[in-house]
Amino acid sequence: MAEEVLTAPLVLEYPFTRTTGPIIGSFLTGLREGVILGVKRSDGSVLCPPLEYDPDTSEELSELVPVQQTGTVITWTWNGAPRPQQPFSRPFAWAMILLDGAGTPMLHAVLVDGPEAMSTGMRVRVEWSSERQGHISDIAGFVPDDGAASTATEVPAEVEEVRSVRTPIRMEYTYTPGRSLSQYLRAMSEKRILGDRCPTTGQVFVPPRGVSPMTGTITDEMVELPDTGYVESFNVTRVPIKMRPDLTPPYVSAWIVLDGASVGFMGLVMNIEPEAVRIGMRVRAVWKPDNELEMSAQNILGWEPTGEDDEVVTDYERIGRVDQGGSQ
Amino acid sequence: MAKEQAAVIGVGQTKYDTTYPGSMAGMLREAATKALAMADKTWADIDAVVMGKAPDFFEGVMMPEIYLAEALGCVGKPIMRVHTAGSVGGSTACVAASMIQSRVHRTVLTIGWEKQSESNAMWALSLPQPFATSVNAGAGGYFSPIIRRYMMMTEAPELIGCMVAFKDRQHALRNPQAHLHQPDLTFEQVVESPMLWDPIRYSETCPSSDGACAIVLTDEAGGEAHNGPVAWVKGTAMRSESNSYGGRNMVSPAASEECANDVFAQAGITDRRREIDAVEMYVPFSWYEPMWLESLGFADKGEGWKMVEQGATSIDGGDLPVNCSGGVLSSNPIGASGMIRFAEAAMQVMGIAGDHQVDGARTALGHAYGGGAQYYAMWIVGAEK
Repeated sequence: MAEEVLTAPLVLEYPFTRTTGPIIGSFLTGLREGVILGVKRSDGSVLCPPLEYDPDTSEELSELVPVQQTGTVITWTWNGAPRPQQPFSRPFAWAMILLDGAGTPMLHAVLVDGPEAMSTGMRVRVEWSSERQGHISDIAGFVPDDGAASTATEVPAEVEEVRSVRTPIRMEYTYTPGRSLSQYLRAMSEKRILGDRCPTTGQVFVPPRGVSPMTGTITDEMVELPDTGYVESFNVTRVPIKMRPDLTPPYVSAWIVLDGASVGFMGLVMNIEPEAVRIGMRVRAVWKPDNELEMSAQNILGWEPTGEDDEVVTDYERIGRVDQGGSQ
Repeated sequence: MAKEQAAVIGVGQTKYDTTYPGSMAGMLREAATKALAMADKTWADIDAVVMGKAPDFFEGVMMPEIYLAEALGCVGKPIMRVHTAGSVGGSTACVAASMIQSRVHRTVLTIGWEKQSESNAMWALSLPQPFATSVNAGAGGYFSPIIRRYMMMTEAPELIGCMVAFKDRQHALRNPQAHLHQPDLTFEQVVESPMLWDPIRYSETCPSSDGACAIVLTDEAGGEAHNGPVAWVKGTAMRSESNSYGGRNMVSPAASEECANDVFAQAGITDRRREIDAVEMYVPFSWYEPMWLESLGFADKGEGWKMVEQGATSIDGGDLPVNCSGGVLSSNPIGASGMIRFAEAAMQVMGIAGDHQVDGARTALGHAYGGGAQYYAMWIVGAEK
């Protein structure tokens, strides 16, 4: 069975909000006002960028002091192929820059034409962004020191303090559903439902797992199941869920246990009023039109009542069938 | 060789709220310094730090344990993060206790937290997956069918969940740290609150909170020498199981019952309802109180709701007060919520719970669960060794 395992892109992104706290907030406020602030440690040295707590002693730090807008490159690397979300689309250097007056270096970009223009020990100055908002990107980058550095060291009184920053995070994955789910998805495109059977307990899992959750045994025997079953229990969502604009309340999400399966899975119950749905109600799959079928569980739009007599559900706690191939 | 006897000598909590005004590091620092102050310890006295929080997606800070080292005095010391979804605060305290019990360390700081204001846990719990169909959104949609099953098969009166929610919100009024303080709330308002994930009403769900909770644990000699109240750790247990297998008991999962059996046996407790004076139980949706009362063996199967109906779990005259702090229903900084249960149990036997103190509490249970009711962590603490 050398069938190809399916893959699909998966993108997760969210605009997180970070509360800065007093020290980072003041640092970002300074950047917006064109001033770079560090924080003084008990030995008189200055951390820049500042931290709330001393990295050696854990002491709380509070005395903010300005540093110069010129500094020295203490180490660097060339970034010849910048990625999205990096500060520049053109090649640039990443450098650790020790600002004059600071005791610790800051990581930032140096804008020069090529790596031959970079050297350890070179002098650089801040190049400010034209529009500043209280963010590390208010420093557009550093350029070779041409004597044009700003000498601003005073954050004007009465300016609004930065208290939070937006930090959008985006992650791109390649999702692979694996061997048994790939078979399940291929069968789905033919309106067939596949599960797999645990060779030790006989339990049948749908969607297939590839491995038994109780024994750890590889479940390589595929089983075809009918598209009928019953409602084990259900939820009625009665308010709109912001993340799911595609689902209009009230809607019923239910554990569907297929005939011949040992476990249930969540599905949408349709073509019935929510108030009429019952634990034990018999249902069958509502498939997409044949010409819209794809390799996806979304081929099943939902589950509708068959009109048969309800299953008798007597065990008040156990979910899924215990009588399928023995016990748990 | 017997285990070393572990002792709680310090507890620290921030005020739980919609938004903590400072940074994440500052929030943890506040809880930790409060716990150190109660323990009469300095950073130098701490041998190791064990921290726990819910999945990184919940706040978007990847591997926060690294960035938090200096805020928690961990520089040059072992730092460890525990990760068991919603139960994590409890598991984290268990791991910290095990470091003492095994004599690896003498004094350990443990801390759990969440800053829900920086993100949206509903989003993090509703992530899409290619090829799959998803009708679920948030934790309520997952737990609602389990609750429905419990309600149907026990024939519990429909308003038991509202009674739990009202009781816990009343309890929260006695706890200055609680997030929700609703002095004017009436039972009728709880009942009339809109259904979200039917049968779960809005009023029967937990809030989204910012907050941190810290505990200082030490060994037997440290506990004896401590000039202040001490809670002795009588037992700790953790269990987990798959969230789906044929015949799984979803209402009272096997892992829950086995975890309870283990922790009660360690503490030498045979009559659970009589010998436990206070319970801090993880109840994010109101109906989980009667469900856990049964699963933890405080009530017979199918009878847990009767304890609620009779008021047995109220601090006002109940024989088994549950969640005197207001519980998860009144404060839910997710990664801290389990540790708050453990800390509040300790505070009860230390006699320092203030207005929500159970008179004369000598033995208390802290309980947490997480994931698809898959992960369990419990401890029993006592006023005597």
